[in-house]
Amino acid sequence: MYKVNIGRKILSANEEYANENKRFLIENKKLCLNMISSPGSGKTTILTRTIKELKDKIQIGVIEGDIQTDLDAQRIKATKAPAIQINTKGACHLSAAQIHKALANLPIEKLDLIFIENVGNLVCPSAFELGENGKVVVLSVPEGDDKPVKYPAIFAKSKALLINKIDLLNPSRDIDFDIEKVKNDARKLNKDIQIFSLSAKSGEGMDKWYDWLIKGIEKTRNS
Amino acid sequence: MHETMVAQSLLATITTEAKKQKARPILAKISCGMLNDVNEEILSFAMEAITKGTRCEGVKIEVEHKPIRGKCNKCKKEFAFEVASPVCPECGSNDFNLLPDEPLVLEEIEFERE
Ligand SMILES: Nc1nc2c(ncn2[C@@H]2O[C@H](COP(=O)(O)OP(=O)(O)O)[C@@H](O)[C@H]2O)c(=O)[nH]1
Ligand SMILES: [Mg+2]
Ligand SMILES: [Zn+2]
Repeated sequence: MYKVNIGRKILSANEEYANENKRFLIENKKLCLNMISSPGSGKTTILTRTIKELKDKIQIGVIEGDIQTDLDAQRIKATKAPAIQINTKGACHLSAAQIHKALANLPIEKLDLIFIENVGNLVCPSAFELGENGKVVVLSVPEGDDKPVKYPAIFAKSKALLINKIDLLNPSRDIDFDIEKVKNDARKLNKDIQIFSLSAKSGEGMDKWYDWLIKGIEKTRNS
Repeated sequence: MHETMVAQSLLATITTEAKKQKARPILAKISCGMLNDVNEEILSFAMEAITKGTRCEGVKIEVEHKPIRGKCNKCKKEFAFEVASPVCPECGSNDFNLLPDEPLVLEEIEFERE
């Protein structure tokens, strides 16, 4: 029996595509954000509301990742924004090669911002770089306030945290969710994380998220 | 949960090396950061499934998880970060940055001559 040293990254094929996507985005000066959350936290609702309310200021394109169906891409297209659906057919995350193809099929020159809605899953998508400029993690009130501690990876790696469904924090709903605990736990993992508390249903708190997006777009354009 | 994809990528590398060595791979040692969420048991199971009938059949997998590391902004010490007590163990400060997670790496393969 003998040993051979290898020392090679296992996901290097994904990394090569991610680097190519990154180069493409830099060349075109486009901001691209990768939205990650559990299923049902409100990613698509946040995106459709954001597209509609910012449509006079910026043009948004969306790459939708789901295991099956194109339901979310249809919801985006109903807002008139371009959307590309990727079906991962069982895979629990999007990969950089899939994004590479989707980017080529978006009308990139007309867009200011590209959102990737990743497959609903708080674990696996965080391990696959897509070449995006930043990750945005969405945590909704009914999921509970212990998630940053239980799933530290995605909170440590994200540029922004959206705490969604704050309309449910109404005392009459009797939901135990300590929003300050979530913010503190997330900041312990990532002191630079931007946190926005909002409701994609009522619209409360969306304005600060929009300001952050527009600042990000301007920064990318002038880079 | 993405262990199947990791397994496929891993199998490709082990197969290439096995052909070069003209030997049978017995054990592959992998390392990754804690934030990579790769589980040894699931990865072993996935490998078992996809190596069946190939020259890599029977190869065992060992995963070493490296701790998340932080660097204190106050005393500049680097330390292993504990989610349960997120402070610098040296000076107790909570002003620190997490360092990038270690990537998933195939460190070494043990071979047996055929
Ligand atoms: N109460 C409430 N419900 C919301 C909010 N945002 C989304 N939802 C609902 O949550 C469910 C899942 O939303 P969806 O956008 O499909 O989540 P996704 O799986 O993350 O894309 C839908 O029934 C939405 O109407 C919110 O801010 N408040
Ligand atoms: Mg959705
Ligand atoms: Zn210190």
